[in-house]
Amino acid sequence: MKLEGKKTLWKEYQKEIASDNYFYARSCIRQNFFPASETTFLRVLREELGKTIHEDARHTTCTGIVYHSDLVTIETTMTVIARQFSLMTQSGYLNYVASCITSFGLYTEILDMWEHFPEMEQKAREMLWKATKREFEKPKSLAHASDIIYKFRNEIAAKSKYKLINLNTGQPLKVVEHIGCHYSKMFPHKGIGGAEYPYVLVGMIEAFGGEVVDYPERRHCCGFGFRQYIVKANRGFSIASSRKKFESMTPYKPDFILTNCPGCPYFLDRWQYAISEMEGITYGENGHGIPVLTYEELTGIVLGYNPWDLGLQTHQVAVEPLLDKIGIPYDLSQKYLGSDGEFIGKPEKPSVLKVY
Amino acid sequence: MGRLIDKLHQDIRYEEGMNACINCGTCTAICPAAEFYNYDPRQIMIDVQSGNEEKIEELLKGEAIWYCGECMSCKTRCPRNNTPGLIIMALRAVSQELGCFTESEKGRQQLVLKRTVGEWSLKYGYCMYPEALTTTNFPEQGPIWDWEHANLHMVMKRLGANYQGEGNGVLRRIPQDALDEIYKIFEVTGGLDRFENIEECSRKKAEEMGMGFDETHNNEYFDYIFTTNNGDHQK
Repeated sequence: MKLEGKKTLWKEYQKEIASDNYFYARSCIRQNFFPASETTFLRVLREELGKTIHEDARHTTCTGIVYHSDLVTIETTMTVIARQFSLMTQSGYLNYVASCITSFGLYTEILDMWEHFPEMEQKAREMLWKATKREFEKPKSLAHASDIIYKFRNEIAAKSKYKLINLNTGQPLKVVEHIGCHYSKMFPHKGIGGAEYPYVLVGMIEAFGGEVVDYPERRHCCGFGFRQYIVKANRGFSIASSRKKFESMTPYKPDFILTNCPGCPYFLDRWQYAISEMEGITYGENGHGIPVLTYEELTGIVLGYNPWDLGLQTHQVAVEPLLDKIGIPYDLSQKYLGSDGEFIGKPEKPSVLKVY
Repeated sequence: MGRLIDKLHQDIRYEEGMNACINCGTCTAICPAAEFYNYDPRQIMIDVQSGNEEKIEELLKGEAIWYCGECMSCKTRCPRNNTPGLIIMALRAVSQELGCFTESEKGRQQLVLKRTVGEWSLKYGYCMYPEALTTTNFPEQGPIWDWEHANLHMVMKRLGANYQGEGNGVLRRIPQDALDEIYKIFEVTGGLDRFENIEECSRKKAEEMGMGFDETHNNEYFDYIFTTNNGDHQK
């Protein structure tokens, strides 16, 4: 098969994405480590795109991390998910949008299982009623939050203040993307572009003016592995997986890494720091790391939002080299300010990894 | 105890994940865990499919079933639509149900997971919570997290979060009635029973190993299972 043919395989994997009136379910990991990404997502939808997106304070963890740590049965997990659907049903907004890939994968898995085993759906309904006296409808549509940005990528690009173009060379920035295993490895037809050639992030990068760089370990796991990271004794697995990706992508000199899953940007950011401390290795230019962005942060960057509103100051790998390449102004004196504009001190500098 | 293979068959994930494995080894080739650990999902599929009770019991008490990271890369590539990752989940469930998990170093770690992401889910409504995450236990979070952690409320507010606040938003305080509903779901669906079983089996194992054990994260057994790696897990 010719490469050009392969590059268009993603077109076989499309799905319906609702145009408006969403129910938003937040991500535990994204809220902990990338809080501004969720804030930005809602800002873009409401202020830039004029969409209605509803949330309910009563929604909780979907138990995805707990389920994949093998702590609960599928009965527990599917009933917690049924409760999330109950909140969605109450709201009247049946286009469910998950901020988390683990959640998205799990919702997909549960809905698929209920198709194959209707008695399990009945069981979920009975257990939910017994526990909470709640009932639910299934979502009219299910999307990961990145699907929504993908759907409106051209509208966003039309409003953008910056393109992913290197200011000095005039060339498109080179971007590697990391899709997150549970987006489409389990159910390829539920993700834009499928599992082998997922297009959800590629579509954004291309719309925003960048160039996607292919590399051998593009589809390798970041190494979260649930118990493989949470338990300290297992983290060799986690860091080795990320390291394999860094070693594979570095020869292609990517300007940044774009991520889909809430956990992956954390690991791809922090393991670069850990590797630099352990081995003295840095993967970016001039002693820096390779900047890692969430798709919400990228969207905010091209729309010209203040980098510190986007939370880029909470990355361990400095993002400033990327901002410099695009020509985005930033004020370092504003970087480490608290909520009322007060200076709250600077973080310690890593011993190897260069930061601003 | 009944036949182990029958127990596996009762798990819906076994039915979803096993469709006459042809032992081609594609799962092992693609598996990130197989690259790192002394782990071969193909062999596990062979052993489970054989229905050999001794081999299944060996799996339930051994290290191998705990190496998988549940990335589910195996599902994408299997030419017969098997999912070794789902078979691993079914094996882990039976291992915990029968108390076999405390027989292996990696299996014993279930107590750490239960007392962290498991309990945080019930206590906070989030499987992770920033107050509980420190660079002592997660040093790779780096100095940036120390800064963020020391200024948590101010940084969260700066980034638009509603940390521990009422109403909607990032890291809002989940209302108590919602937490009560989640607790009740765990109670009705057997989630609490699983948690209690992990505790009880772990307590017995700690006693057998002559290690201190209490309900906190600061006891000899907890620290041992959180940090110990005998170095025998890799190829």
